[in-house]
Amino acid sequence: MSLDEKTRGDFPILDRIVNGHRLVYLDSAASSQRPRTVIEAMSQYYATSHANVHRSIHTLGEEATALYEAARDRVQRFIGAARREEVVLTRGTTDGLNLVASALGRTLRPGDEVLITDLEHHSNIIPWQMAVRDRGASIRSIPVAADGQLDLAAFERLLGPRTRVLAFAHVSNVLGTITPVAQLCARARQVGAVTVVDGAQAAPHLPLDISALGCDFYVFSSHKMLGPTGIGVLWGRHEALEALEPTRGGGEMIKEVWIDRARWNDLPWRFEPGTPPIAEAVGLNAAIEYLEKLGMERVTEHERGLALQTVEVLAAIPGVTVYGPPASVDRGAVVSFSVDGLHPHDVAALLDQEGIAVRAGHHCAQPLMRGLGITGTARASFSVYTSPEDISLLAHALAALRTQL
Amino acid sequence: MTAAIKAGLYSDTIRERWRRPRFRGELPGATAQAEDVNPLCGDRVRMMVDLRDGTVAGVRFTGDSCAICTASADVTAELAEGRPAVDAARLTTEDVLAVLQADIRPTRMRCVALPVSVLQKALAP
Repeated sequence: MSLDEKTRGDFPILDRIVNGHRLVYLDSAASSQRPRTVIEAMSQYYATSHANVHRSIHTLGEEATALYEAARDRVQRFIGAARREEVVLTRGTTDGLNLVASALGRTLRPGDEVLITDLEHHSNIIPWQMAVRDRGASIRSIPVAADGQLDLAAFERLLGPRTRVLAFAHVSNVLGTITPVAQLCARARQVGAVTVVDGAQAAPHLPLDISALGCDFYVFSSHKMLGPTGIGVLWGRHEALEALEPTRGGGEMIKEVWIDRARWNDLPWRFEPGTPPIAEAVGLNAAIEYLEKLGMERVTEHERGLALQTVEVLAAIPGVTVYGPPASVDRGAVVSFSVDGLHPHDVAALLDQEGIAVRAGHHCAQPLMRGLGITGTARASFSVYTSPEDISLLAHALAALRTQL
Repeated sequence: MTAAIKAGLYSDTIRERWRRPRFRGELPGATAQAEDVNPLCGDRVRMMVDLRDGTVAGVRFTGDSCAICTASADVTAELAEGRPAVDAARLTTEDVLAVLQADIRPTRMRCVALPVSVLQKALAP
């Protein structure tokens, strides 16, 4: 039984009829759907166990705290983190990147450089622009070669003693390019740069062994990996996290408070001020449990097959251009494409009339779009429930599209 | 005929204006111009205006945009041309929608609104 046949019945939303057609959901890179177990775990939590965490000395408070902290333990195992204190629960990838960038930003000195790549999502560009501003530091960026891969020769030229931070995506949300994380982080370490990896498009799709990647920080979101919105993960190597000064204050992140000063709490709570997303942590726990039962190797294999199928069938349609690495190179669970003479938004709107949901536009990656010489693309992206038939329906609809406007 | 067209998302007017816009192109000697983008999709529209004695003697637009935005720009230009500048500056999205005759969804309303706001910017004193 293929993975989509095994999982499809677990996702109630896939029964939706959209514009008279069965929903073909090809927008999982923007946000995936949730299995019933996640939805039920969250409503069960609200129905039976909700209270605030960590400071309520009563039964519900203790239950809620145990459930919240159990999510941390689940994340630790899932990503292969050495210690549970290395797992900070955030509001999502954007939040995690802002947290790291604002804290590292305070340590930047005039002349320092933050090295990013032309592949980045705006959420891994803007926080660094804010971090270097007023510090006399600057941003440099590794270009993308014609095949959608990072230009590693340029990387070697750009990396140097001024590089204080190297921040990049594990998997491009537009091209699906998988970057050589271990290799880039090893080189960055040699020059003493801190490494920050945006794993938003990797964690839902690839088996992760955080310690083997060799990065200092790794961030991802729950809602792209079958979990709820509003929660994400910042993993930090213990020493790297210890060295980071918190930039957000509030309850829970302190040990002792005086009117004019305070003493920070231990890791990881030092970076979790205020009431955290508790029900969302319960949902994230259930989502990871679901993925673990499927097995991440199997998830990767399934989605690689879909990506390959998509690249091949779309490239065969006259007037359709597929972007990113060639079919022979492994890519993440996204395929960007364009249709001659049609704007990506019109492509998406016409496909929607057939019940097919794709993303269209600049995908929050305007510098990359500028580099490709286009304003946007349409993008099909996959998850565990995506079927080969979904891709066939997309191809069939696309083949008829050019005559429709 | 496809569902999309039957449903009226892309009206005949939009398809006609997208295929054969009447006001697309440069306007040498333009006395005022403005440009803006739709942050949602990156669509870019530039409106160029030739003002003579307080009247909009000519309008052209350029840009990179979807069918709805292109059609809106074309209609906006047509509605503005020949009018007193003060009247042209008061054109609204509703005026354009009345011509487009399409079932525009809320997510695409900004595609209609962009050219109108760019024209207003170009005509601002």
